[in-house]
Amino acid sequence: MLQIKNLHASINGKEILKGLSLSVNAGEVHAIMGPNGAGKSTLSSVLTGNPAFTVTEGDVTFNDKNLLELTPENRSREGIFLSFQYPVEIPGVSMVNFMRTAVNEHRKYKGLDPMSASDFLKLQREKKELVEMDSKLANRSVNEGFSGGEKKRNEIFQMAMLDPKLSILDETDSGLDIDALRIVANGVNKLKTKDNASIVITHYQRLLDYIVPDFVHVLYDGRIVKSGGKELAYELEERGYDWIKKEVDGE
Amino acid sequence: MENKIKIIEKNTQIPPLGGEGAYIDLYKSHHESIKMHSASVMNSLRDAAFAQFKKLGFPTVALENYKYTDLKEALSVDYGLNINRIPIPVNPYDVFKCDVPGIHSYLYFVVNDGFYPVSDPHNSKLPDGVIIGSVKEVAATHPELLKDYFGKLSSTKEDGLVAFNGAFAQDGFFMYVPENVVLDKPVQLVNIMRSDVDFMSVSHNLIILEKGAKAQLLVCDHTVDEVRFLSNRVTEVFVAENATYEHYKLENTHNKTTNLSTLLIDQAKSSTVLANVITLHNGVTRNMIEIDLDGEGCETELCGMVIADKNQQVDNFTSIIHNKPNCNSRELFKYVLDDFSKGAFTGKLYVAKDAQKTAAFQTNRNILLKKTAKMRTKPQLEIYADDVKCSHGATIGSLDETAKFYMQARGISESEARLLLMFAFTNDVIENIRIPALQDRIKMLVEKRLRGELSKCEGCVICQ
Repeated sequence: MLQIKNLHASINGKEILKGLSLSVNAGEVHAIMGPNGAGKSTLSSVLTGNPAFTVTEGDVTFNDKNLLELTPENRSREGIFLSFQYPVEIPGVSMVNFMRTAVNEHRKYKGLDPMSASDFLKLQREKKELVEMDSKLANRSVNEGFSGGEKKRNEIFQMAMLDPKLSILDETDSGLDIDALRIVANGVNKLKTKDNASIVITHYQRLLDYIVPDFVHVLYDGRIVKSGGKELAYELEERGYDWIKKEVDGE
Repeated sequence: MENKIKIIEKNTQIPPLGGEGAYIDLYKSHHESIKMHSASVMNSLRDAAFAQFKKLGFPTVALENYKYTDLKEALSVDYGLNINRIPIPVNPYDVFKCDVPGIHSYLYFVVNDGFYPVSDPHNSKLPDGVIIGSVKEVAATHPELLKDYFGKLSSTKEDGLVAFNGAFAQDGFFMYVPENVVLDKPVQLVNIMRSDVDFMSVSHNLIILEKGAKAQLLVCDHTVDEVRFLSNRVTEVFVAENATYEHYKLENTHNKTTNLSTLLIDQAKSSTVLANVITLHNGVTRNMIEIDLDGEGCETELCGMVIADKNQQVDNFTSIIHNKPNCNSRELFKYVLDDFSKGAFTGKLYVAKDAQKTAAFQTNRNILLKKTAKMRTKPQLEIYADDVKCSHGATIGSLDETAKFYMQARGISESEARLLLMFAFTNDVIENIRIPALQDRIKMLVEKRLRGELSKCEGCVICQ
């Protein structure tokens, strides 16, 4: 589904990703862990086409398409979804209007007619239950005045509405208490099928108790330096990242 | 052409600077005709206004209050004036099917600067005692209503355009709402500019609400013909104790229009006023708005919105004068400027020494969509009382890039994301429209305008 080869990317002239390679197939859950500043969030920004970052080298293919040539909106329409680490507040744009526009843009891309108002409301109600989201939030402006937990739940709600092929969860656990974490993780697990895949970016092992990965990768200094099964996450939790840094820097 | 308007007076020799000389000559040679076709109450103030105009001339950018809007070119055009009040051969009821769905207004027209004498056959009967008509007509039937009010706010203004209006205006719209009468529907006044030659219209409106009265007025400005128009309009509004008045001004005129409007509102004790001034499409516009709070316990909401592109210019010059204690005022103006457009905002807030417990808040926020657009904003607070809450804030920025990216990351195209953000930006001004049908309509018009579908203004958009 996703092939990243030797990806180099920089922001303001500073290179952050320095030759990252990763392959994700349908049905898989990949966790990316790593110390602060390793380039975890840069990877999610580059994959979604954030214009602040420049790709200087490498290829990314998504379902046989050159992902790097697509606009951010077309990446989304092709089925890539990013759950933002810091969801953006958009005062004055209501959740309903925002979501309906997004859903209909996806439909238009697939050559479908816009969804009727009643179908849309039905879909919205269904997906809201998945993340136990307060219905009142739908009438508010996007993320405006939402608590940290509400913002993250709102991300998963949007994910449910857009039904992506590849979802990237960027530090979705940050700022969540244990109950919110369980709700968010539940939502993600219910959305999992054999046809879609997830990349879970996290600093701590905690989230991986709920969203169990098939693969764990350690990102350090802009590259994936170690990969393994879910047991790697426990090892990292226990031993920290220093031993990996030593291994890599000692090369 | 059978609809050709015969313009009775044309100035031919306009001096290149300012242009007041030609109008001074015109007044000298024609003041008798001007007076003959006007109401005595207007004439009683006319010579003094003319003397004032002779002294002040047309305003130039050298004046602090006109620094941001250069009217030199617009005022040097060779306009015609309809001094002999020749009827304009147009039936607005045929031309304009005014239809804000569900608004059910009392509908009236002013063509150029003349009140259109036939009221809408669909208008239901006005509540008892309410008078709506032309100043000239009411001067004959109810002279006592005009005597105490007409010119009371305008004649003391040190302003060349207001003085010009006093010298040349011959008629205007009049509305009177008696004590404790509530107008059940909004009154809609559509100003239509219709002429085959470059034309100047000069009018003076008067609106009176007695104690406890309630009324909503929607003023729409539209141009029909592709000639240069200049409109100089003064509107005086008196809102008595406990009365509630809402004033909506919606401008949708073409690029050759110069719209110079002065709105003067006087609020008595415990009265409530909302003024919402929306400029959707125009040429050069200057709205001077002054609201005087002359009694305790007044509530005032003044807001406005500007969407401008090409070479359009909009200058909202506003003053809220707190003369008495315990009044609240809120002011909110938002501009979206594209291309080479220029916006200006002045928010004067005056709190007199005795106006303790004043709460006054002012906000002006602006978005420049291109580097070539310009915005000038100037809060101007003068506070002489010591127990007040006052704040002001002004920002000029561009669209929020992180919000735009967030939307794109959800599959919303860049252009649609920009549109949603612009629409959201203007939303709180639209929320301040308290006529639901009008609010819906304006929402739609703003969206159309932001999509670029109103980039040409041919005829009436609100009245399709």
